[in-house]
Amino acid sequence: MHNWPSIDVLVKQVKTAKVTAKDLVDKAFEFIEKNRHYNVLISELKDEAYKRAAEIDDRIKKGEDVGRLAGVPFIAKDNFLTLDGFTTAGSNMLRNFKAPYQSTAVTKLLSEGAILVGKANLDAFAHGASTENSDFMVTKNPFDESRVAGGSSGGSAAAVALDMAPFALGSDTGGSIRTPASFCNVVGLKPSYGLISRSGVVAMASSLDVIGPLTKSVDDAALVLDVMSGPDGLDSTMIEKDAEGYRNIDSLKSLDGIRIGVVKDFMNEGLDEKVKSRIQDVIASLKRFGAEIVDVSIPSIELSLPVYYIVCPAEVSSNLSRYDGIRYGHHNDKAVDLEDFYLKSRSEGFGAEAKRRIMIGTYVLSSGYYDAYYKKAQQVRTKLINEFNRSFESVDFLVGPVTPGLPFKIGEKSDDPLQMYLSDVMTVAANLTGIPAISLPVGMVNDLPVGFQIMAPFKSDRKLLELSKYIESNMK
Amino acid sequence: MLDKKIRDQYQATIGIECHVQLKTNTKLFSGSVNDSTSTDINRQTNHIDFGLPGALPFANRQAIDLAIRAGYALNTEAQTFSKFDRKHYFYPDLPMGYQITQFEYPILKGGYVEIVSEGKIKKIDITRAHLEADAGKSTHPAGADFSLVDLNRAGAPLLEIVSEPQMHSAAEAKEYCFNLYLAMKFAKVSDVNLFYGNMRFDVNVSVSKTDQLGTRTETKNLNSFRAVEKSIEFEINRQIEILEKGGEIRQETRGWNDAKQSSFTQRVKENADDYRYMPDPDIPPVIITKDEMTAIKNDMPTSPHVWRSKLTNIGLELEATNLLLLAEADYDNSPLELIEQASADKDKARTYANWIINIELPLLQKNQESDGNLIISDKRRESIFKTAYALKINGQINSTKLSEMINELLVMEEDVDDISLWAKDNGFLQNSNQEELVLIVKSVIEKNPKVVNDILSGEDKAIGFLVGQIMKETKGQANPQMVNQIINQEIKSLK
Repeated sequence: MHNWPSIDVLVKQVKTAKVTAKDLVDKAFEFIEKNRHYNVLISELKDEAYKRAAEIDDRIKKGEDVGRLAGVPFIAKDNFLTLDGFTTAGSNMLRNFKAPYQSTAVTKLLSEGAILVGKANLDAFAHGASTENSDFMVTKNPFDESRVAGGSSGGSAAAVALDMAPFALGSDTGGSIRTPASFCNVVGLKPSYGLISRSGVVAMASSLDVIGPLTKSVDDAALVLDVMSGPDGLDSTMIEKDAEGYRNIDSLKSLDGIRIGVVKDFMNEGLDEKVKSRIQDVIASLKRFGAEIVDVSIPSIELSLPVYYIVCPAEVSSNLSRYDGIRYGHHNDKAVDLEDFYLKSRSEGFGAEAKRRIMIGTYVLSSGYYDAYYKKAQQVRTKLINEFNRSFESVDFLVGPVTPGLPFKIGEKSDDPLQMYLSDVMTVAANLTGIPAISLPVGMVNDLPVGFQIMAPFKSDRKLLELSKYIESNMK
Repeated sequence: MLDKKIRDQYQATIGIECHVQLKTNTKLFSGSVNDSTSTDINRQTNHIDFGLPGALPFANRQAIDLAIRAGYALNTEAQTFSKFDRKHYFYPDLPMGYQITQFEYPILKGGYVEIVSEGKIKKIDITRAHLEADAGKSTHPAGADFSLVDLNRAGAPLLEIVSEPQMHSAAEAKEYCFNLYLAMKFAKVSDVNLFYGNMRFDVNVSVSKTDQLGTRTETKNLNSFRAVEKSIEFEINRQIEILEKGGEIRQETRGWNDAKQSSFTQRVKENADDYRYMPDPDIPPVIITKDEMTAIKNDMPTSPHVWRSKLTNIGLELEATNLLLLAEADYDNSPLELIEQASADKDKARTYANWIINIELPLLQKNQESDGNLIISDKRRESIFKTAYALKINGQINSTKLSEMINELLVMEEDVDDISLWAKDNGFLQNSNQEELVLIVKSVIEKNPKVVNDILSGEDKAIGFLVGQIMKETKGQANPQMVNQIINQEIKSLK
């Protein structure tokens, strides 16, 4: 399905007038229109995209430098605030919300000449692992329409898989980039916490949220990361980008001397046997290429899911407080007083999953329960960070599966929130610890894609991309 | 009215929480202008103040520096580690559904405010002070089925200063507020403009006949020292009356009606509020280094209580001291420096203080009321006072002329180079020329034979009339001592 060359090639073609930005937008909409039945995009920004393409082509004719993403179409998850179109966060609450300011990530891409062609479906407020919690529609898996595309960045992953654009943006709070990337056979990068500004992205859980690219290749992910990363003066939790940036990632010459830890706790029961065997094949190849493979056990990792499902709803309940219908968003016209207004507006605007998380979060932050839940969870989180740091003293990377199983059937888990939460079991640790992680496509099982997860120490995003590129180049 | 005997059986205990709006250029977490005087509704806002999706707070370093200054003004040093928490509640003027404040780790702990109570210096300890973002302003038009919200104030930086419950009378509480005001003003932490709500007080009051504290009530949002005093007096009386009737005090929040000079129940606290405090994950902890603190410490001006002891030392009364401290705080000039420079000579320093209080301050007051643009530079004041004092000491000017001269010089458009010369040319100086005065006295005596006769027949009071005539003749410039002396001599020669 490789209908787009790499972004580098595309940009070169645009800059040398081999193709025009308009040609690329034509191509994006050819695939968008052809694949509408997959329920990928909440909004298509056709007029805006063509207008922008014309501007870019005009500037190129005048000999201007349009930037490192000249004319390249992209799709943003619909929780990125954009000046074009609506920003719904997949929710009824924001169904008609037009953003008066724009997310830093999108602004940085646009300033390098990229063209926004659409906004992708997601679980409402990014709560979910399948897009089944979207208040608009369920995105279908590009490889099997009866299955989910993963979530919450399911629209973004499917968009790239279906060639609607060379890259898409996602957000990852507990696996929301990596899970759909794995289910849709694309590269999904969750950078170190704080590497890309969260400003202008609808917050889910502030201490866990990161933004990242979904692409066809590691090089493309590296380029998009390079453009988006670095402090913007709007998000005070940011870190500096790598001194070398993230461009020109040289694939490692060999894996000699590289120590790779296999997270034993992820390879135990609960993991689909076929997925497990595919992952083991990849690990065997790594060993063949010279890497030293060791089993690593992280004692607190089994607590990462319970910790996540305390910290995340706590922050969610707080972050969703602003949706009160007073200044923007859904509001009820028939309320009789202020309390009634709040109750009705929020009850109607939020779906079941948001309400569930608001209730759990409110509970764990309540006086008398705070110490037992939220505080305890934060303590375990610190312990987990220490254990990961200790592991990274003896290995360079940690690897394992992304999800416990293959893409599941639409509706299969949607009535059982606990089952749905369990699909995050292998991804949440990277969010709790802030470390970078990636999902790489490593082939198919039963005609369904399998993703391979690599985690690296905090701020080692460049190293993570180097190993990823090696695997991508050597395991075709 | 409560019988004094009954009232004296009770001891009141008062603690005060004060919100001080910090004098920053921008808000605590956004780049919007921090201007409490703006009337352009909802215009001093951006996506952060509006609590739009995806908006993130970014802590304002200037607010943190001002909090460090406030720390020194409160006789404590800022904490090297503090952090921000979210306090959750729903209200239309709270855009994010939570207030960003400091719950667990406030930026300031400890310290004290010095007050004068019944003639003695007393220290009121500070429990803590924390930074927080203000809410917007709600108005509820009478009879309307809607309310209005102005978010200009939303996100304005506040320092909430919490005192220990160590005050025992309304007067002490008022003194505390006044001295806190001076401390914040001197430290340039806040404009402390009470009219614009730059300083708002919540007072906690309880009464008890024993060492065990009684149930307290909180009267919120008082915006003048007088309201603090009056509301506490009202509350002490109210509580004692209830207890005397065998009733119980309800823990509640009360509001003050300034027009009626009484308070009313706003909200009864049956259960503790659950604000679900949590650390704000969007804001990293505030780390302050020793170097940063030292730099600010070295920049701190003399504090009002140090000034107070200096002024007391030169022999000024409490009232005069307070007037001067207020003057130093309120006007764009520094009269206290000059008094201090003169303080080796206590009479001189006191004289300067009197001139400031009786001549300069009324001028500035009038100027402010008329929106004038009078600014008295420290340099001008110094040269006027120095010359005036020399003229006074040398008996070259009488006290009426002295006041007039200082008054005139202070408001002049341009500075006068040689004040002595100017004073002479403009007839402020006394005429002490013996020969001239003798001639004048003689002519006045000649013109008033009847008065002279009265004097000769023993009516000494009539001398005053002659003096008056001579002063009239000399436009008030004649040296009164010399005039008296010459009249006596001349009258004697007539006997």
